[in-house]
Amino acid sequence: MKLEYFQMIDRVVELSLDDGSIRVESVVPTESTVFEGHFPGHPLVPGVLLVETMAQTAGWVLLARNRFERMPFLAGVRSAKLRRFVTPGERLSIQGRIVHEGSGFAVASCQVRADGKPVSDAELTFRILPFPHSDVRADLEAAAARIGLPLQAVSDVG
Amino acid sequence: MSDTFNTVADIIAETCDIPRDKIKPESHAIDDLEIDSLDFLDIAFAVDKAFGIKLPLEQWTQEVNDGKASTEQYFVLKNLCARIDDLIAAKGA
Repeated sequence: MKLEYFQMIDRVVELSLDDGSIRVESVVPTESTVFEGHFPGHPLVPGVLLVETMAQTAGWVLLARNRFERMPFLAGVRSAKLRRFVTPGERLSIQGRIVHEGSGFAVASCQVRADGKPVSDAELTFRILPFPHSDVRADLEAAAARIGLPLQAVSDVG
Repeated sequence: MSDTFNTVADIIAETCDIPRDKIKPESHAIDDLEIDSLDFLDIAFAVDKAFGIKLPLEQWTQEVNDGKASTEQYFVLKNLCARIDDLIAAKGA
């Protein structure tokens, strides 16, 4: 996790394109400039960044499902719950599952867990749009390789 | 009024917090009910789930943008419901 760069996902653990589910892991850094402000002497991962972490998790499975042909953009956050504080050094397991793929949008259910216990969950809506620029797609493909998204499985999607 | 309209009107009322009695078959979702594109995604999600269909929003939007269709054809509720009925019928065919 690099909070300052919005790199919220460390690695993909499981990906199932058939049922549209994914599980990823991330370790909260022990030091980050984010913690200098949130909060001095009491570092906590901001709740909005946990929502972002869930959004990126679901985003990867959506990208995989459409073979990086279009890009998901977070458009709605429903029933977000931040169940406890998340502190530096914690290992997070994040699950995402597509619950609906509509025309130009998708809805996903996501959960963050730590030590097997629920930390945060939300239902997220995404607009699915063309990539704004080929460089954005290239950056995401590089990020996919970095976190171990199985691109071969992606390319095999019928 | 049709079951389809009643279901769609209930969805709109709940999703957009619009009084149910304000939602008529002649209502234009955008012009009369002031539903924006983000709220319409939530409506489409609920409609898709309720009827087991997939509203072709992208196709409709493209047709409107290309001048091949008017918004009334898709977003006046009685027309929207007719298209939902067509999609339901096509699904069962």
